[in-house]
Amino acid sequence: MPFALDGVKVVDLSHHIAGPYCTKLLADYGAQVIKIERPDGGDPARRMGPFLKDDPHPEKSGPFLHLNTNKKSITLNLKTELGKKILLDLVEDADILVENFHPRVMPSLGLDYPVFEARNRRIIMTSISNFGHTGPYRDYKMSEIEAYAMGGVMHATGMPEREPIKLALTVEQFFVGNVAAAASMGAFIGALTSGEGQQLDLSIMEMQVGHQDRGIANLITYQYSGQPTFRRSRELFRTIMPNGVYPTAEGYAQFSGGQLAWWPRFCRMIDRLDLIDDPHFTTPENFYNNPEVRAEVEAFFYEWLFQNTKQEAMEKAQAEGYLAGAINTMEDVFNDPHLAARNFFVKIDHPVSGTLKYPGPPFIMSETSWKPGRAPLLGEHNREVYCARLGFSSEDLVRMREQGVI
Amino acid sequence: MASPRLPLEGIRIVDLTIVWAGPSGTVFLGDLGAELVRVESLQHPDVNTRGQTRIPKAALEGGGGGQFPKRDPGDRPWERSASFQYSGRNKISMTVDLERESGKEIFLRLVQKSDVVFSNYAAGTLEKLGLTYPVLREANPKIIMVYFPGFGLSGPYKYFKGFGTNMEALAGLTALRGYTDMDVTVNGSVFQADAAAGAMGAFLTLLALHHRNRTGKGQFIEMSQAETTLHHLSQAWFQYAMNQRLLDPMGNRDGAAAPQGVYRCSGDDNWVAITIEDDKMWATFCDVIGRPELSHDPRYADIVNRYKHQDDLDPIIAAWTQDKRHYDLMHLLQGRGITASAVISHREIFDDPHLQARGFFKQVELPGVGLFPHAGPVYKMSKTPLKEPHRAPLLGEHNEYVYKTVLGYSEEEYQQFVRDQHIGDTYIDLLPKPQGVSP
Repeated sequence: MPFALDGVKVVDLSHHIAGPYCTKLLADYGAQVIKIERPDGGDPARRMGPFLKDDPHPEKSGPFLHLNTNKKSITLNLKTELGKKILLDLVEDADILVENFHPRVMPSLGLDYPVFEARNRRIIMTSISNFGHTGPYRDYKMSEIEAYAMGGVMHATGMPEREPIKLALTVEQFFVGNVAAAASMGAFIGALTSGEGQQLDLSIMEMQVGHQDRGIANLITYQYSGQPTFRRSRELFRTIMPNGVYPTAEGYAQFSGGQLAWWPRFCRMIDRLDLIDDPHFTTPENFYNNPEVRAEVEAFFYEWLFQNTKQEAMEKAQAEGYLAGAINTMEDVFNDPHLAARNFFVKIDHPVSGTLKYPGPPFIMSETSWKPGRAPLLGEHNREVYCARLGFSSEDLVRMREQGVI
Repeated sequence: MASPRLPLEGIRIVDLTIVWAGPSGTVFLGDLGAELVRVESLQHPDVNTRGQTRIPKAALEGGGGGQFPKRDPGDRPWERSASFQYSGRNKISMTVDLERESGKEIFLRLVQKSDVVFSNYAAGTLEKLGLTYPVLREANPKIIMVYFPGFGLSGPYKYFKGFGTNMEALAGLTALRGYTDMDVTVNGSVFQADAAAGAMGAFLTLLALHHRNRTGKGQFIEMSQAETTLHHLSQAWFQYAMNQRLLDPMGNRDGAAAPQGVYRCSGDDNWVAITIEDDKMWATFCDVIGRPELSHDPRYADIVNRYKHQDDLDPIIAAWTQDKRHYDLMHLLQGRGITASAVISHREIFDDPHLQARGFFKQVELPGVGLFPHAGPVYKMSKTPLKEPHRAPLLGEHNEYVYKTVLGYSEEEYQQFVRDQHIGDTYIDLLPKPQGVSP
């Protein structure tokens, strides 16, 4: 089966998480991605844990192995003249260039969009940065927590009396990579028609403000009525129906649903058919904003919760059409029957880290494939790219290495 | 000068989306210039996307109804909710009853005139309507069909209801976040999974469009939002895959940067986030807060020790931040090369000077309400600026255009569809009951 991105060539100057996740998505669906790494240690993600058997080896970083599947790695020092020349030669033949340096870095190397455009009118340059390429915060620093903090959603995440709290791990940076992949493809499709490439300016802050969670809907709400979205505990939801995370006989489970139309589903879920038509619960005065009636319903609900494990509670709720999910650990995820039935766990072999289970295709296409490939070793494809493609000799490679170019 | 052609100009997408993930996916494609036709039903109000059709008075009491302009749902609340102003942005609306054969014929005619059918309806919904990929492909061999219910189209959870919250729970995200001194029951709803699935839905659609442009072939694409989310949990996934260990929630901390946290500032509910990434940044920070001796203290000499002793550092930092403005601290610390930001609230976003300088907010007109600023597309393109946001469509607002211009129905046929209640602008159960019918 062919790949959707057969023949698409990507030059990848990106590092860490957001940029590499963007190019991973392109590579896994068939693009030929050349990852350019610094000769001194490569992508900093190679130093990001966890590591196989806790050995901090550059070829054993879990996130690096995950984020760089199906790419070719070459080392190249962009501060050397030859390094710049080689980059331009690669761009001449490429469709998309992805980078996530601070906005001042590429221009300071003399490598900004007009230079690439002069060599290749079709090139798409996808530039991901903290705050975009213009504006007063342009040079400000950002890590995961600041990204979430600047988007407006963090202020509403957590307990009202406590500090706002971030989400898990580095999920925002993955999200940014995902948006960048979509934006790159959009611009690339445009360039195939118009013959003209362009530069994309992706600001992490704007992706957070403009798309994260329901932030944008909450912003419109604020303008409508002056109602800000605030941190709230579960008890502040407005109806008598369960909404939030609850303990079960074994572990925790999450439930969502506040609307009156779901009341019968809730009653069937906890096996209390006698409550379905009881106006004590269904009259609007009691259904909304009545703490006493809510306490009565919670009592029934907790009684049921403590008779079920999180998995049983989820399955019974879902059987009645009530929205629920077990609060899984990664161990639960690896033992989950649904993911196993869908063959989501893909075994991929790697010369240093061996065979590990990787997350499988994020989506399945009927006419084109997803590639279960591995991440490259640092500089693994130097010979292939420099000699076979760009015509350097083996002796040239030695000299380039001596001079710190590769 | 004519504005430059957007990449997806001329592409028509049939939008069968609900709640958040699906609608936000097509919003991305609309920004790129695609025409988005929201297919709606007069018989079955889409309360999950447009909101309830009637708002009980009790729901508006005690500070409710904030999702409506001036807390007033008006007579047609389904056209006014804040959430739908985003999820319906740049879309047009047609109405048709897909449960009747005549409705299916209309729909398949639309499929013939379209490039993509994009849906995140619950698994089973389109099957029940008889609108599966083989049926659509027969109508249009080049059609691309994108279908992403919460848990995909196979496996034991296929028919589970899926919102961002429970997909995150199952994927392990919920258990990995939260306060380290409290249990997971205080982890309120966050919908990161929905936002991410929307972006992924846009990406995969563009892949399929590219393949069709090259080969002439459409295809069917299936996505499970829970699986998309799992890719975002790389560190936890590989800690288990490689070492059979679980990661604990870390609150606001980070094993690779310490101290890191969110600290209270002056004013009401204002906070600053600070991340000390390395020893050099730590030394500068100690200097800035007037405690240079801390940078020589062996307990805080390196990342390992600072992480270990962060409980001792947090009160020192909080004592320094508590009487200062959060925005001032961001500028002060960033000016010294330290990673920090205000935790911006919704009150402050519109006034943020950076977003203003970049022209991020666009004015959008809502009928009967006036102009309000709406977040623009989330990225900028240098030559073909993305489509400016336009308000969400009224129910059936574009029936004339879709039925007559796109599908080529005559005025007589159009009027017949009105009588048949395919076409209209009000939900059937809200129409006045016909006279002469006894109650």
